[in-house]
Parts: sequence; C-alpha cells; structure tokens
Amino acid sequence: MNRDFFPADTRTDSAPHGAMFDYLLRLGDDSLILCQRLTEWCGHAPALEIDLSLANIGLDLIGQATLFLNFAGAIEDRGRDGDRLAFHRDASDFRNCLLVEQPNGDFAQTMARQFLFSTAQLGLFEQLMLSTEPRIAEIAAKGVKEVRYHADLAADWIVRLGDGTDESRNRMVVGLDWCWRFIDELFLVDDVEAGLIEQGIAVDRSALRGAFDARLSSVLADAGLPAPVYPRGVRGGRAGRHSEHLGHLLATMQHLPRSYPDAVW
Amino acid sequence: MQLSAEGAERILAALESVPDPEIPAISLMDLGVIRGIRREPPAVLITPTYSGCPATLVIERAVREAVDAAGYSDVPVETVLAPPWTTDWITERGREHLRDYGIAPPPKGSASMTLKAGAPVACPRCGSDETREVSRFGSTPCKAQWQCRACLEPFDHFKCH
Ligand SMILES: [Zn+2]
Repeated sequence: MNRDFFPADTRTDSAPHGAMFDYLLRLGDDSLILCQRLTEWCGHAPALEIDLSLANIGLDLIGQATLFLNFAGAIEDRGRDGDRLAFHRDASDFRNCLLVEQPNGDFAQTMARQFLFSTAQLGLFEQLMLSTEPRIAEIAAKGVKEVRYHADLAADWIVRLGDGTDESRNRMVVGLDWCWRFIDELFLVDDVEAGLIEQGIAVDRSALRGAFDARLSSVLADAGLPAPVYPRGVRGGRAGRHSEHLGHLLATMQHLPRSYPDAVW
Repeated sequence: MQLSAEGAERILAALESVPDPEIPAISLMDLGVIRGIRREPPAVLITPTYSGCPATLVIERAVREAVDAAGYSDVPVETVLAPPWTTDWITERGREHLRDYGIAPPPKGSASMTLKAGAPVACPRCGSDETREVSRFGSTPCKAQWQCRACLEPFDHFKCH
C-alpha cells in the first residue's frame, strides 16, 4: 500500500477537522467538480440525447456531492453546509482528484474521462456500501446504481467511438492519452485514508486497481483500442494541489454566490 | 410523543391522493417514495428516487402540505436514504397508471438485473415488443427514451433502478 505520497506538511491545513472531514470532502468534491464540468456541455453536446445524458449524469453527481458535503459540514460542526462548502472554498481547499477537473476537450475526451472516473467510482462505492460509518454506507448504496449506469453508458461510447471511423478512433485515442497520467491518483492511499481504512470507514483504494484494470482491458479490447501506456502519474489533488483548470472552473461555479452572498432563488 | 395507529392510518390515507410532481399520473404512494409512518417519535418517512432528483424538495413540500391538511402539522417529514429506492417498489396500480400515461413501466423484479440484459420493453401505446432504445436518458434521470417499431411512436421508459 502506498501511503507516502504527500509530505506531512501539505496536510496540516485540514488536520483541525480530522481525517473524516477530509475524506468526505474527497468523496463530495470528486462528484461536484465532475458535475460542473459536465454542465459545460449543456446545450453544446453533439446530439440532444447526449445533451440529456450528460446533464442527467451531472444531476446524479450533484446529488451525491450534496449528501457527502452536507455530512462533511455536520462532522466539521462549524455551521457550514454543502452549499457553503461548494461555493465558499478556494481551490487549495478542494480535495478532488485531478482527473475530474480536467477540461472537457472534445466529446471523446469527455467520455474517456467519464469512463475512467465512473469505473473507479463504481468499485469504490461497491465497497463503501460496507463502511462502518452508516451515513457513508447509505450514501454509497444510494449512488452505486447511478454510477453503474454512468460507467455502462461511458463504456458504450468508448466502444462506439473506438470501433467507429478513423476520425472517431483517433479522437478516442487522444482523449484516453490525455487521461492516463491521472489514473494512479485514483488509487492512492495516504495517511488521511490509512487511519480510516483501519477503522473500516474508508475503502483501501489500492485494492480496487486490479478490478479496474480488468474492466479497462475488456472495454479497450471491445473497442479495438491499444492498452494504456501510463506516463509518470500526476497527483496532488487530495492535498489541495490542483491544476490551473480548477481555478477557472471555480470562478464560473462560485461567481454568483461569492459576488452576491445573500442571493436566493 | 407517540402517534396513534389511527393517526398513522389517517396520514397514509391523506397521502394516497398526492401525485408525483414530475409524473402526475402516479401517486407518491404508488411510486414507493413514501416509506411509511414512524409512530415514535412520529415522522413521515420519504426517500428520493435518485440522489440528485430535482423533485425531492417539491415532493417534500407536497407531503408536508398533505400532512398539515390532515391535521398533523406537528409530525415532521423525514428523508431517509436506506434502504435505497428501487423501481421494484412501484405498485401494480402505479405501473398501470404509468402505462396509461404513455410511459412503459419497469418490469417487476428487474432492479437487480443489469440494464443491458433487460427484458424487451412493451410499447405503452400498442403493446408491441418490437421496440428499441433511442437514448439511455430521457427527460428525467429516471426515464430512458424508446421508440416502437410497430406503431413508430416514441415513448418514455421508466428505467429499472
Ligand atoms: Zn407501439
């Protein structure tokens, strides 16, 4: 198990609220940030049906994020709810993995990212359903059926584009290539999670890699696409070290509540 | 504080006629989102269909109003996640109402099946099994878009979940 990726000093900012708060932010922020990315397609997708699919996947994700972040706020006990956490944190306080904040690129890149994330999230949620923390277990049990649908839908598109025209195949190859460097981070275990794993609250992500790789190989084979060649992994999202893309995303997402803190609708 | 058995029955009776805000052809009871009445401490238990179902708040408000109107404004409405909602909880009557409304209901006991291996979906208009999926998502997260090859009509299919 890899537990030594983040130097200890990068975690001190979250220490006051404990590992549990941090873990819930990781779970919630993954869904929240990916949802925000998917909404960028709204009105721009290649076909109406795809527009609906991406928006509805986003809807499921925002539901999961709301449940996790509301719970995080309750654990923190400082009067912050999910909305407060979503709209009034700076980029360095977000704990999402780097994959979900990556730009949409073209439709192939979006579906590549979706397939990789949803497949990893599915494995995670299937185990989180057994968490000793009942609230986490029930949120995961609620979400797992939704995530299975997302992973299936995205896998269909990997095959359809990979096994399509030269153009669609090339685009899918490029889309997947963009994503490979962010995969290692999905299966990292650091000190924050190690303690929670021992208590049976968190899932050992490193143990999920085998099933992920198997599913990936099978879908890539169906699509006639080459096996991944992983470059050196990029990481840091779990410790708040993000790519520049997250700042731009948050500027859009948080603009209104930050500019007009009392706005309601 | 404890709610009497009679009180619980009255609340349930009041909820019988509350329609789903997105698909008014089916009642919230038949949809299976009203999980029951807890008598001590008293609460009406409801559950969302999907984590992010945008109708959740509207449903909560509709239930609140119905419970108030029945004279039980001191009984809170509580949202529970577990066990997670499944389309298996849609009643037979609910399935009929969906079909009459033009939405193909999910087959009973289908929630555990994988989505791709699902049984053929009968057209809610002509009953034909010669149908095809057009889009995996429809107008709401709980529906997919299908089309009938026999009568050519498009229709919504309430997804197995
Ligand atoms: Zn028909």
